[in-house]
Amino acid sequence: MVTMKDRGVLGSVFINSSQTQKILLLLMSLALAVLATGCFIIDPNANQSTFEPLGPVADRQLTIFWWILIGGGVVFVLVEAALIYALIKFRRRDEDELPKQVHGNKRLEILWTIIPAIVVIGFSIASIDALFYSADVPKDSDKTVTLEAIGHQWWFEFRYPSPNDPENEVITANEVYIPVGIPVRINLESVDVIHSFWVPKLAGKVDMVPSEGNYMWFQADVPGEFFGQCAEYCGTSHANMKFKVVAVSPPEFDKWLSDQMASAVESGDPLALEGAGVFKSAGCSGCHSLKTVAKSGSKGRVGPNLAHLASRRHLAAGMMDSSDGAGNVNDAYLQENLRKWLENPSEIKPGNIMSSQAAVYTDPDKSLTERQISALVAYLTSLK
Amino acid sequence: MSTLPIAIPRPVHPTGLWNWLTTIDHKKIGVLYGVTAFIMFISGGIEATLMRIQLSQPELDIVSAAVFNQLFTMHGTTMIFLAIMPLGAAFFNFVIPLQIGARDVAFPRLNAFSYWVFLAGALMLKLSWIGGATDAGWFGYAPLTSIDQNPGKGIDFWIISLQVLGIASLAASFNFIVTIINMRAPGMTMMRLPLFTWMTFITAILLILAFPVITVALIELTFDRYFGFNFFNVSRGGSVVLWQHLFWVFGHPEVYILILPGMGIVSEVLPVFSRKPLFGYTTVVLAGIIIAVMGWMVWSHHMFTVGLGPLANAVFTITTMLIAVPTGIKVFNWIGTIWGGSIKITTPMAFSLGFIAMFLIGGISGVMHAVSASDAQQQDTYFIPAHLHYVLFGGAIMALTSGIYYWFPKFSGKMFNEKMGMLHFWLMMIGQNVTFFPMHFVGMDGMPRRIYTYTEGMGWDLWNLVSTLGVFILIAGFVVFILNMVKSWKSGPEAPGDPWDGRTLEWSIPSPPPEYNFKEIPVVRSLDDWWNTKQGGNFKEIPVAGGSGDEEHSIHLPQPSYWPFVTALGLFIAAYGVVFNQLFVPWAIAIIGTFIGFVGVYAWSLEPVNDPDEESTH
Repeated sequence: MVTMKDRGVLGSVFINSSQTQKILLLLMSLALAVLATGCFIIDPNANQSTFEPLGPVADRQLTIFWWILIGGGVVFVLVEAALIYALIKFRRRDEDELPKQVHGNKRLEILWTIIPAIVVIGFSIASIDALFYSADVPKDSDKTVTLEAIGHQWWFEFRYPSPNDPENEVITANEVYIPVGIPVRINLESVDVIHSFWVPKLAGKVDMVPSEGNYMWFQADVPGEFFGQCAEYCGTSHANMKFKVVAVSPPEFDKWLSDQMASAVESGDPLALEGAGVFKSAGCSGCHSLKTVAKSGSKGRVGPNLAHLASRRHLAAGMMDSSDGAGNVNDAYLQENLRKWLENPSEIKPGNIMSSQAAVYTDPDKSLTERQISALVAYLTSLK
Repeated sequence: MSTLPIAIPRPVHPTGLWNWLTTIDHKKIGVLYGVTAFIMFISGGIEATLMRIQLSQPELDIVSAAVFNQLFTMHGTTMIFLAIMPLGAAFFNFVIPLQIGARDVAFPRLNAFSYWVFLAGALMLKLSWIGGATDAGWFGYAPLTSIDQNPGKGIDFWIISLQVLGIASLAASFNFIVTIINMRAPGMTMMRLPLFTWMTFITAILLILAFPVITVALIELTFDRYFGFNFFNVSRGGSVVLWQHLFWVFGHPEVYILILPGMGIVSEVLPVFSRKPLFGYTTVVLAGIIIAVMGWMVWSHHMFTVGLGPLANAVFTITTMLIAVPTGIKVFNWIGTIWGGSIKITTPMAFSLGFIAMFLIGGISGVMHAVSASDAQQQDTYFIPAHLHYVLFGGAIMALTSGIYYWFPKFSGKMFNEKMGMLHFWLMMIGQNVTFFPMHFVGMDGMPRRIYTYTEGMGWDLWNLVSTLGVFILIAGFVVFILNMVKSWKSGPEAPGDPWDGRTLEWSIPSPPPEYNFKEIPVVRSLDDWWNTKQGGNFKEIPVAGGSGDEEHSIHLPQPSYWPFVTALGLFIAAYGVVFNQLFVPWAIAIIGTFIGFVGVYAWSLEPVNDPDEESTH
């Protein structure tokens, strides 16, 4: 194809090659070269790269991907090579030439039907093992952590069965802790539209479909913070629906869970106390619960649970940081970003329910004063 | 009959607006379809460009989240229903009667009706931008389309205009099936049909089987939204997954509806410019039929992450992988066609070859998605737009463009500028690869599709920028294309009847074809009859394109009619009335529109036939 020349149909436009043509060919080669190098420039360390699997499920899925890519690559090279070869070899040299009129070749056609069929069936069967493996926690695992993830427009609610009391659940939002090296089964639910639960470095996604009882599993092989994002289009702020998975050692996980169960700490700071008042009077508490434990299966509130907001590393479903790079909560970040959020939440998350339904945002007479915002920031920052 | 007051005489308008409004000439309707579809293609392209500009850098604020969501929904719906499908229909209209040796389609007035109804649906959908278009994605997953989630009129416009477009597609499909079965010239057996006609035939069958499924789904959605039904309302026992099944049972055959006409075009172009018959004609026809049958068994591969369970996913993995086989057969046969040929690279040939090269990439990434284990990572990421654009742009659009250049001399009677054509080709090749290839990279790096913005530091910045730059190369390509088309049509050199040394019957008549197409209905003795005749193989004298003789007065042609337009207008008004059912009096507009539609149908059925000998048109 690279040797393609422009030959006109009519004598008047008949040309062999032109400057433009050469420039375009050069551009095409350049573009292809850039794109080819792209395969090597993809950053596997990127936050949501699927090329850096850190758990067995993502790992199995990537292995399958490589096999298919290699198989596809071979087909690609063979077919494109045949195409380009034919274009060079069989170009018309003489306007009157009439090639041999071949109408087909039964044997050849049967061959290129059967061989691809065998290849694709082989690939499918080879992948089925990985498919069943990634579907549910392996039967032979001796310990499993189960939790529930519930999709809301546009944030994630997480519930753990209470370790002391099977009737109750520990509730948190947008940040989910898991123990390293232990399979985690996640039951998926949604309260409104379809969302999709995806932590690229741990496992491929499974949709959170209302009332379908979906589930998935993954396991983190190393400690760390993993990026997750909703993958199914779910309305205006679909782009702003993220979460984090934090993998810690099993003892740390147990400690975190019991910390989560503890009631919210009320601060003695006068501004924070004032903020506690605003939290109730402005109607925040109507949607945001501060209770950490609820009956199993009970319906969550409209907004994310805030009991331990100030211990979370991010705000507004992963949209803003409240921690430094090492994962330690930084009060200054937290306060700055909380203020931004409270001043104009729809700037950060267009279409969010708080902006469109909470009286403090819909009714200009009731909107939060500077003082009230400061008080709320102080109060929320105290909820360690 | 003609004594009834309703029996208004047939229109006689040889030129002008009235001529276009009342024409039932399949060639003119083909041109109407083509021009309208191309305008819609530009509108979809503008929507895409806005999205790419918004995504060129992280956290841009060129368009709002709400507008972005409308843009991608409208872009998808526009390109599929208003651009690629009607571009296919433009070719069906213009080419099929010429290829099978007919003077028109079986139901000429129904054909005009199809076009006007298509225009009604298209206008309706695009006009929904006024007041807010739909933003639920082109596959409109429940419950995003519910009245609670989406109380605006955008979704209603989307639903009703898709229904209207469905009527257009169904009418056209029945027409083409009947035409291809009944209107073939003597000797044109099914296995002598040109490949493009064959693929059209298959496409039309797919359409009449697939569209009712989406029609039912849309009716259920309409009932949910208008009358409080609960088909997709989970809290009342409905199911949101039901919508997905219905949508994709339609949606996957739809993919083949989009690509099969393109495959047909390529199968016409390659033999002509290789001076060799299509390699394995029977196999290519059978592969098309197998694709059409297997296309019904793979829909759930769009739903691998919905939670149908590993067993269902395994079954759909295998069926989807298998559908790659007939597609592969076609690609191999195309290469077999040019292999050993005498290849001349003209613009249409370049586009057909580009089709093979690019469609292959989309085919391979399709096989990658078919493997549901690894698709769990790719589903709903940018890898999917990358894949589908290689299929629909690198595939369907490249092939349709090839067809536009290939048949341009035939429908315009002029030659296009070959230099500009090749410039267009290279700009398209570079542009589409620069635009769509990087989407694979960001997809694998975890960028979900349908996000209106992204934060810095995700590793997506570079390739999004590259992708956006590619769009401008594509735009440059289309500017060259439009200039070439307009200039050549106005003042290009006259085209001979058979500029490409063609193989099929449309090249045996003058360019542009006379209104009656064939002076004498040809008798077909073989596949590629015109080519064989020229080679002296059909025991006839070597003819000249266009033939000779002047026996024109005895040809009876179907006559123009007002009523297809009036009926479609009634449908348009009625459809608007369904969306705005509360304006003034409830349902008043819908009732008025329905009444106009009935008048149209009534008058249509009683329309008299003018005496052709009194006519002075030719």
